[in-house]
Amino acid sequence: MDIYLPIAEVSLDLFVLLGLGAAVGFLSGVFGVGGGFLLTPLLIFIGVPPTVAVASSANQLVGASVSGVISHWRRGNVDFKMGSVLLAGGLAGSVLGVWIFTLLKRLGQVELTISICYVLLLGTLGGLMIIESIRSMLRLHQSGAGRRRLHQHNWMHGLPLKARFRRSRLYISALLPIGLGFVIGVFSAILGIGGGFIMVPAMIYMLGMPTSVVPGTSLLQIIFVAANVTVLQAYTNRTVDAVLALVLLVGGVVGARIGSRFGTRLRGEQLRFLLAMMVLAVAAKLAFDMTVPPADLYSIASEKG
Amino acid sequence: MSVRHASISEKLACPNYVLIAVLLFWALPAQAQGLAADLTSHLIAITTGFTGVSVVLFGATDGPGDIVVAVRGPEREMTIRRKNRVAGIWVNTDELTFVNVPSFYAVAASHPIDGILSPAASAFYRLGIANLKLEAETPAQSVVVDAFRAALERIQQQTGLFVSRIGKVDFLGERLFRTTIAFPSNVPTGTYLVEVFLVRDKDVVSGQTTPLVVSKVGVDAAVFEFSGRQPGFYGAIAVLTAVVAGWLASLPFRGA
Repeated sequence: MDIYLPIAEVSLDLFVLLGLGAAVGFLSGVFGVGGGFLLTPLLIFIGVPPTVAVASSANQLVGASVSGVISHWRRGNVDFKMGSVLLAGGLAGSVLGVWIFTLLKRLGQVELTISICYVLLLGTLGGLMIIESIRSMLRLHQSGAGRRRLHQHNWMHGLPLKARFRRSRLYISALLPIGLGFVIGVFSAILGIGGGFIMVPAMIYMLGMPTSVVPGTSLLQIIFVAANVTVLQAYTNRTVDAVLALVLLVGGVVGARIGSRFGTRLRGEQLRFLLAMMVLAVAAKLAFDMTVPPADLYSIASEKG
Repeated sequence: MSVRHASISEKLACPNYVLIAVLLFWALPAQAQGLAADLTSHLIAITTGFTGVSVVLFGATDGPGDIVVAVRGPEREMTIRRKNRVAGIWVNTDELTFVNVPSFYAVAASHPIDGILSPAASAFYRLGIANLKLEAETPAQSVVVDAFRAALERIQQQTGLFVSRIGKVDFLGERLFRTTIAFPSNVPTGTYLVEVFLVRDKDVVSGQTTPLVVSKVGVDAAVFEFSGRQPGFYGAIAVLTAVVAGWLASLPFRGA
């Protein structure tokens, strides 16, 4: 059954769109990543114009994250205090990010910059994560018991403005999450993603948050970042297809529900290992795409009526 | 003389007459010498369930001859990019913009065009994808322009917006003809021109142009129009809808 999308200006199979939404929703439920990194290329693949795909995924993310946050919140797995501190940093960072993006665009080659950033960032993150999770899985296997320390103490804990984050069981300087939010805000504006992909590992490894609290808290901040992107895209580029977003959402919320339930059954180490594998797979795919000769050297960049 | 002149300009200035003239033109396709043709529908309505549509063109000639039909969508500006290998990575390095690309193009004929029209006539009436007059925005070497043009034609054919297969115009007897024009689901909106040519002795002897409007209707049209008129508000509503949908979706599971 086909459905016509008014902004994308194409007809697509309703069930393909629902399935796509469900698959991406599942990932977001398990890991607390938005899934935009996966949804956008898939939409482009099935025939949605790239600009519409980027903007409409952001719109879909808003809804998917809301339902994700609600289900994590019911289990007490959202640190609202941490979320709002991260968000404050994130919004400030995205202003700088948009500025850098505009600069890159004027210099040309913004797409290549994005791809290289992705590969370096995801490759490094994924590599570190996989080493860490394998190590901790082995440790768990060998010693069986022996409570692991929540996090290592280092220079970060000497910073001023200490605050207590009860849900995360952390007593750290508020400058840390603000700074982290800022850096991620910069990246997410340049890369055009919600930032969950960078946010989740950073929360686990840099802030030392318990894995169970991470997805809900990450999704909480993605709601606002994605809402911001949706309004900006609708206003400046008119590329938000609300019908497309809504269809994806219907599939997405179902997937997210299943995903978040699945996620709570996994142990922290397993969750981190799977996430690391996924991060590496995306990085490898992007690196591969950059070097492999494209099927068609030519592409249509833009159309104006 | 001067009185008559004044009355004509008065009539032309009066919007009612212009309106009537336009309506007449749309309702009754301009009758050309020796040729009359019309479409079964002058409006393609794109609704939520739109999956493409076929429109029948029918007509009559005043005697034997061949018919060639060309369908052109509204012209657009289109930028084509070309990738090159730089340090092992494929990068967009060159681009060329064509200013007048028809957003849709299809041709139908009663016999293969090469056999019934001289190459000069085909080129003059821009019949066939190769005969489209595409102008590059910036001057470039003809080798470069040709390469980009070939890419544009190829991509447009892949997406079904340039129909590479020549459609069939069927004659019923000697004078009545008909053909079916198929529009894909990704057909761009706007005013199309359907050109019908009567061909004799390898040349066009008569022609007629009929407009065809492709337009969104219903909910889709409303969404599209609203997104253009109140973009900020539209964005806010899109976000709000997503928030409500996300919240609603989590309700039935409560307690589970």
